Amino acid sequence: MKTVSEIIDTCQDLYDDLSFTVARRWKEAEEGRKVVGYMPVYVPRELIHAGGMLPLGILGGGESLEVIHGDAYYQSYICRIPRSTIELAITKRLDFVDGMLFPSICDVIRNLSGMWKLMFPEVYVRYFDVPQNFKDGVGGNYYAQELEELREGLEGVCGRKITDDDIRRSTAIYNENRRLVEEVYSFRAAAPWKAPSFEVYLLMRAGMVLPVEEHTQLMQDYLAAAEAEDRPMRDNCRIIVQGSFCEQPPLNLVKSIEMAGCYIVDDDYMLVTRWLMEDVPLDGDPIGNLASSFLHQSIETACKYEPDGSRKGQFLLDTVRKRAAEGVIFAAPSFCDPALLDRPMLVHKLNDNNIPNISFKYAENSGQMQPIREQAGTFADSIKLWSDA
Amino acid sequence: MNTQTATPEIIKEASMLKQKEMIATNYDKLTNTQESGDKVVSTYVPGNLNELIQCFDVLNNLPEINAIQNGMRKKSGGMIMEAEKMGHSEDVCTYVKADIGNMSKGSIAPNGKPMPIPDLLLLSYTGCFTFMKWFELLRDQYGCDTTMLHVPYKGDGVATSNMRDYVVKQLKEDVIPALEKTSGVKFDIDRLRENLRRSAKAEDDLVWVLESAKNTPSPIDAYFGGVFYIGPIFTAFRGSDDAIEYYKLLRSEIEERIAAGKGPVTPEGDMGEEKYRLVVEGPPNWTSFRDFWKMFYEEGAVVVSSTYTKVGGVYDYDGFRHDPDNPLESLADYCLGCYTNRNLPERVDMIEKYMDDYSADGFLINSIKSCNSFSAGQLLMMREIENRTGKPAAFVESDLVDPRYFSPSNIKNRLESYFQMIDQKRRAGGSAPRAA
Repeated sequence: MKTVSEIIDTCQDLYDDLSFTVARRWKEAEEGRKVVGYMPVYVPRELIHAGGMLPLGILGGGESLEVIHGDAYYQSYICRIPRSTIELAITKRLDFVDGMLFPSICDVIRNLSGMWKLMFPEVYVRYFDVPQNFKDGVGGNYYAQELEELREGLEGVCGRKITDDDIRRSTAIYNENRRLVEEVYSFRAAAPWKAPSFEVYLLMRAGMVLPVEEHTQLMQDYLAAAEAEDRPMRDNCRIIVQGSFCEQPPLNLVKSIEMAGCYIVDDDYMLVTRWLMEDVPLDGDPIGNLASSFLHQSIETACKYEPDGSRKGQFLLDTVRKRAAEGVIFAAPSFCDPALLDRPMLVHKLNDNNIPNISFKYAENSGQMQPIREQAGTFADSIKLWSDA
Repeated sequence: MNTQTATPEIIKEASMLKQKEMIATNYDKLTNTQESGDKVVSTYVPGNLNELIQCFDVLNNLPEINAIQNGMRKKSGGMIMEAEKMGHSEDVCTYVKADIGNMSKGSIAPNGKPMPIPDLLLLSYTGCFTFMKWFELLRDQYGCDTTMLHVPYKGDGVATSNMRDYVVKQLKEDVIPALEKTSGVKFDIDRLRENLRRSAKAEDDLVWVLESAKNTPSPIDAYFGGVFYIGPIFTAFRGSDDAIEYYKLLRSEIEERIAAGKGPVTPEGDMGEEKYRLVVEGPPNWTSFRDFWKMFYEEGAVVVSSTYTKVGGVYDYDGFRHDPDNPLESLADYCLGCYTNRNLPERVDMIEKYMDDYSADGFLINSIKSCNSFSAGQLLMMREIENRTGKPAAFVESDLVDPRYFSPSNIKNRLESYFQMIDQKRRAGGSAPRAA
């Protein structure tokens, strides 16, 4: 059996590798293989996989990439993920990527899709829109047709038809992957000292670059290894991190929160791994099933409209209760419109329910963690000293 | 010695007085609903459904316009800081914060009376993600009825039938029933057709006005003057007789200016010699609007075309008109075609065409901190336009209604350098556009 440290070392190597060597090797292993990149926050990876292609999560350049060219494309008041993503492309780190999907998350990522079209005309580029109307006959019909158009576009990339059976098979594989992701999250929430958050984070990041089948196996290995490992329980409080669904925090930030006395028992990093909360049905129309799951079984986040005002923030509140969290840390990237505009409403909901919360901002290359450690540490102390629990 | 400089008298033409009266009347109606019993719908400028709203005899309130009014009256700065004190991030859109800050101060309209709480929030989510969050924030404050129209983004530069059908279905199943419920008025499609017919008539004259800038000298400034010209058609008056009358009046004034060989009207009267013809991308700054404009007309720079005047509807580039024969589909096409709902390649194509059609000397971007919908990607757009046209481009930065982000000396220096650059290019005979 692999040890935790062996598994996490592998994940760390994948995280550090900004040339995406594993994905390149996957592509080179067989003639005609294709890779389709996607940005946060959600794309139906099942369709890419069904075409025999590798879905590759592009989450910016992180803390170690020096952005030289990318800054020339963006004003100072725009977040860092698009500039480091442009940097990755200009420096040819993405030159093996055959298609790029830009999900509906904000105006910056939306406009990046157009920039990609202008800068890399040889790449298949699609702005992937999703409905903000959640009625089956309205948003559902629209979304199903969008999925059909995506299927057609992806067929152009992989050079063959993507059949309904292909999609069903891939859906089953992703269902299993989502079940394992949920298992890892539940395992951490039940015994956070056994699954430190930086490990869970790296494990999920591995899912951005590995074939889904390998990622599922890796999570199974991790669960077995973490369960077997004897780790001391600390006197930490239990918190949820909210607002980090697009530009990712530096790994040191994740570690710092925990070092400051907070166990992270849930988060919204890489939501694509658990956007759909239930298994997608495998019988019947596979496109219709993906559409229906999106409408009725998807996670709540800032990039989705909440039709019922009284339920705004309810998903977060429910997660606090489900994970027995004692507080929420709003950690959003600077200049992140969805997270920062959503935050006051979520804070409102938490305050109404006496859930302690704090806020700070970061950039993917933030280097100075001391202020964050102090803020999180004070927050943890205040929960332990003064909370009702 | 008297060192005071007399403020020049602002020249008002008949069309300006007409628009002023229209706006004042609308604000009076909005602030008189307790007495009149009129219902109020709050909605946004891009993708607004004014013709439809009018079918239900309800009043139309536009939060962006209120923010602009407060910006031009130098009141928005305090409102923004108030919203920031309430926990709204310094990083996000200042229209949103000015609106929320205004609410906390009693939502006072430009006529000094309090604005009513809307009876319905109608979000038409077109071309700007922030609208969706703004709308949720307003709902959080007001707790009133809401309905939403999601307009898909034209990511591939085309409005597909799927997109159009989606918008039309939402109109039928969500928006119209919500308006019926709020107003108690049954929807009458023939009434909508009439409103659309009136819109198309006004739109014809608007396009004529915008295209008059092809003349040399241009009789209009299509950015600083343009924001007034689009006022009625972008706001509460599209589809009304008032709008038709306004554009007829404006057109006749401009015809006279062309006949007289005059340039644009500025706040200080007729502009002097036209030296530079520019295409401008991005919204203006509202808190120092007149100072900003002055930096142009003092140098003889006239804006012959602008993208901001297309944010509430594009009528010139591909000839769209509201169509009474296809009323709901036409509203969908209108929403889908608003400027910031078009992808970047299409925006670049539009600007390139404007540069050519309007014989522009240069391209200027006023990049707005608050508005990622416009701003993200503008530096690439600038390079594309320079490459394609061979004309010099420049970039200044400001904000919509946050006075902290308007730095007059920096902007003036950049503009002066830019005008010198245009002169140098002219002397050098200009540079050739990139080969196709």
